[in-house]
Amino acid sequence: MTELAATDPLPKPKRDIAPILLPIAVALVMIPLIGSPSTWLTLTAASLAMGMMIFIMASGLTLVFGLMDVLNFGHGAFIAVGAYVATLVLAPFAASLQADSLWMNLAALAPAALLSMAVSGALGLVVERVLILPVYGQHLKQILMTTGGLIVAEQTLYAVWGPQIIPTPLPTSLRGSFILGDVAIAKYRVLAMLIGLAVFIAIQIVLNRTKLGLLIRAGVENREMVEALGYRIRRLFLGVFMTGSALAGLGGVMWALYREQVHASMSDDLTVLIFIVVIIGGLGSIGGCFIGAILVAMIANYGGFLVPKLALVSNILLMVAILMWRPRGLYAVTSR
Amino acid sequence: MMILSGDPPRSHVLTLLLVLIILALAATPFLFPGAKALNVAAKICVFAALVASYDLLLGYTGSVSFAHTMFYGIGSYAIAIALYGMGPNWGAVVTGIVVGLPLAALLALAIGLFSLRVAAIFFAMITLAVASAFQVLASQLSWLTGGEDGRSFQLPELLRPGTVLISRNVLGFEVNGRILTYYLVFAVSALMILALLRVVNSPFGRVLQAIRENRFRAEALGFRTVFHLTYANCLAALVAAGAGILNALWLRYAGPDTSLSFSIMLDILLMVVIGGMGTIYGAIIGATIFILAQNYLQSLMGVASKAASEAGLPLLPGLLHPDRWLLWLGLLFIASVYFFPTGVVGRLRNGGGDKSAKTSH
Repeated sequence: MTELAATDPLPKPKRDIAPILLPIAVALVMIPLIGSPSTWLTLTAASLAMGMMIFIMASGLTLVFGLMDVLNFGHGAFIAVGAYVATLVLAPFAASLQADSLWMNLAALAPAALLSMAVSGALGLVVERVLILPVYGQHLKQILMTTGGLIVAEQTLYAVWGPQIIPTPLPTSLRGSFILGDVAIAKYRVLAMLIGLAVFIAIQIVLNRTKLGLLIRAGVENREMVEALGYRIRRLFLGVFMTGSALAGLGGVMWALYREQVHASMSDDLTVLIFIVVIIGGLGSIGGCFIGAILVAMIANYGGFLVPKLALVSNILLMVAILMWRPRGLYAVTSR
Repeated sequence: MMILSGDPPRSHVLTLLLVLIILALAATPFLFPGAKALNVAAKICVFAALVASYDLLLGYTGSVSFAHTMFYGIGSYAIAIALYGMGPNWGAVVTGIVVGLPLAALLALAIGLFSLRVAAIFFAMITLAVASAFQVLASQLSWLTGGEDGRSFQLPELLRPGTVLISRNVLGFEVNGRILTYYLVFAVSALMILALLRVVNSPFGRVLQAIRENRFRAEALGFRTVFHLTYANCLAALVAAGAGILNALWLRYAGPDTSLSFSIMLDILLMVVIGGMGTIYGAIIGATIFILAQNYLQSLMGVASKAASEAGLPLLPGLLHPDRWLLWLGLLFIASVYFFPTGVVGRLRNGGGDKSAKTSH
């Protein structure tokens, strides 16, 4: 033990940077494998954009688990609901989406995204009260209840909108790519990256710089202690759950525009990806979730380019490799 | 008693129901003529065994696995690929069994060792991820599995519908290869369910229950929980693969929709929960109720949907459309997890004459 003088700063927890270096290392290793630098740049931009979208969808899930030990298998429903609600707004605004003006386009996209977030968040409130509240603390029943909720949500979407695929074309000004030399980066991916980064920074600021964030982080670490100090952790949890659902809805809108189509079963594949991300990152860790999302997207893009047949299997291999290295995920936040 | 491993149904109504179901299944070829009834009966047999094996995991160890259809699919595909590649002979059937069962057990061992090494909470998520990867793999390796189309194959001579074993003149009805196949399915399913009943009532099964109730305490008592859980995983996978083999033999086909799809996984979950978790008997009840409803209620929904659309009601025709059948199942599923988590069997066992249990909800 070293002696500390009263004036010395408090010892800081050691920063664990190995996980941060991991995606950078993966990207660097891929340069010689892919060969052409311009293809590599395009693929890297694509993986960053896709990673940001997955992060937006997954962040709520990881916090919900970290804070309240709730496993929500129905998280994908919020994604699909968000995407469908967006089509409701996008259809009447079709004219301003076709206009060749960035501001006109964004003026149509913004209300769509906001309404999706509002509806997903409200649905989150209902789901938390109806499905999750009765089975707090029972993992088995939580999984069963939320899986049931996912089925009901998906089937209701089918019943209301019908089984056909709804096209959601990109607005005119977001189509096409920025061309820098021989590197092409799709405009929409830049927007997705910007939104993803904004969400990540916003979450980080709220978690690390506000009292609310302090309580959430404290709750993730030790729920009983926060309750003992007199805070209503249930209400805090409800807020986190609704925010997470709203973010999933936002992610759903972004994904719908990225794929330019909406389908009720779109959440199925995404749910698997999100689970892998959350497991890789460590349940409850936002930073881990961010890195995990980028890693998964990198594997999907680089892997899809190098060995297209192994896209989904390679994600499993990634998960296995990371869990062998750190059995509780990149950052183990919870003590559970 | 011996054959039930000392674990009788413990309820008169339940005993009656089980006896009725088993007698009806045993006599289906003679009582209910027609291909549909026989198909439904065979499906009930296969699913009763499949669901019972899932119950070993969900009901007795308390771990939720979403990879159960994967093992079911491995069994189906093993026998289908063997019979497709080697032609319709018994050697191919044996090859399919000898390859399929160990493959399923090995994969279960790998998943078990891996996911039990990491945090236990990951188990459900990891199995979901692995199962979906397997599904993609099965549809992409089309040279082996036939891709989305799956593999159709011929059965050995003895099991074909054209093979008449006892002609109509002798007993008044014809016993052909199809009926023989049905009894093969029936007998093997029954054997597997009895074997599972034996497993859960053995000391090993008691340890599983102890782990379900409190893993930490079971470990403190000196049981190697990882060993027990992995072993249970492998056993469940073996029976699931066995059920898959039976299913493929009955359908003479194996494909992603009949053996791997996520909706089958949901069906299994529903059957376990409706029948009653942790009872094994629940599997028989759950599978029977579910499959009967699936085959006969769905057409009723079509009638209701048509009536609603003729009456000009909004939304209802869509909600009652036969394709939306899963919607109602999902609601039923949530309601049964919430209101009677012990399922039909649990209700019959301790709810029979007990008024207080009924009014408490």
